[in-house]
Amino acid sequence: MANLGPGKAAISKEQAGLRYPSNGKTIYHRPLHRSKTAELSQSSFAYLFSEMVSYAQRRVTGIQDLEKRLNLQGHPVGLKLLDLLLTREPARTQTRPLTIIALLHLIKINLWTHLFGRQADRLEKSSNPDTPDEYMIVDNEPLVNAYISVPREMSQLNCAAFVAGIVEGMCDGAMFPARVTAHTVGGKEEGEMWPGKTVFLVKFQPEVLEREALIGKG
Amino acid sequence: MSYYFAIVGTQDNPLFEYEFGTSKQGGDGQSRFTEQARHLNQFVLHSSLDIVEEVQWTSGQLYLKVIDKFFNNYISCFMTAGNVKLMLLHQPTAVAAGASTRNSTSVGVNPTSPQTEEAIKNFFTEVYENYVKAIMSPFYKVNMEIQSPVFRQRVAAAGRKYL
Repeated sequence: MANLGPGKAAISKEQAGLRYPSNGKTIYHRPLHRSKTAELSQSSFAYLFSEMVSYAQRRVTGIQDLEKRLNLQGHPVGLKLLDLLLTREPARTQTRPLTIIALLHLIKINLWTHLFGRQADRLEKSSNPDTPDEYMIVDNEPLVNAYISVPREMSQLNCAAFVAGIVEGMCDGAMFPARVTAHTVGGKEEGEMWPGKTVFLVKFQPEVLEREALIGKG
Repeated sequence: MSYYFAIVGTQDNPLFEYEFGTSKQGGDGQSRFTEQARHLNQFVLHSSLDIVEEVQWTSGQLYLKVIDKFFNNYISCFMTAGNVKLMLLHQPTAVAAGASTRNSTSVGVNPTSPQTEEAIKNFFTEVYENYVKAIMSPFYKVNMEIQSPVFRQRVAAAGRKYL
């Protein structure tokens, strides 16, 4: 940081073809730790998100395909947020998640707080003994779905598939390969309370569980 | 002391390489690797990736310290959250190795002393911060080579500052 002066001169000589902003500020000059005032307006987000959904909706063959596209849009975001959120942790508690629980906590608390300004509502492990690899993150009213009304004929669609993609990216980046899908569960039993309640189903690959068992032993 | 620094992606693919020498104790910041050693360095550094994969699940720390040694080459590793490895190969010069009894605590002479560990940690931390900024670019995809000259400058500056 102290020796930007001579460095800049070197750049202009070597890389004449590259263009720099006139104030000389690149992404490397911006601080990583600016979390308090960096909130966006919800309406501008909703506008952008609706564009993303309609972009994904072009050329799709069905609802599953559409959800897959939304998932793919979120995946790189998750990969990047993993590193960003970890650097924003205080130095003492800065550790890579080694277990499924540590990773899901990072997602439930840090990721949700960063994206939506609050934690996810619940974290559950599948009670079915046949599927020990499934975990559920519950969000009572996902911010991304706030202004989205799904047509009746597409009732299976949940646009929070984008958020599922972010979660999947985070899992993949941390070496916990998983499939994450978003499901609407509101409107069944406690549906009147939270009609938009969404469950993010995280299904880890078998090798993750295998490793988890090994780490637990050692 | 000469250093060879590389960032290795999740598919064990190199993303960034940089070679430099110590700037402490009147060093000129130039590396003293021979032409043959330059090729060997890449090989040595990548061969220690196997050990990284073993060590990374035993501790959640980002900085894994010196994980491997090949004759006079020491390899330090820093794991990022996204499973990208920052690797530093450091090679004490022969002269310095002979004088290690006198000032064995100074950075750049004794590669396993706590002072050196701390210096390398600071170096890694600063590079990691810049790496995170690099991947924050919306045009950056995972495992892409980092070509930014600004990033290279930042790594060089961190090297001058701490090593």
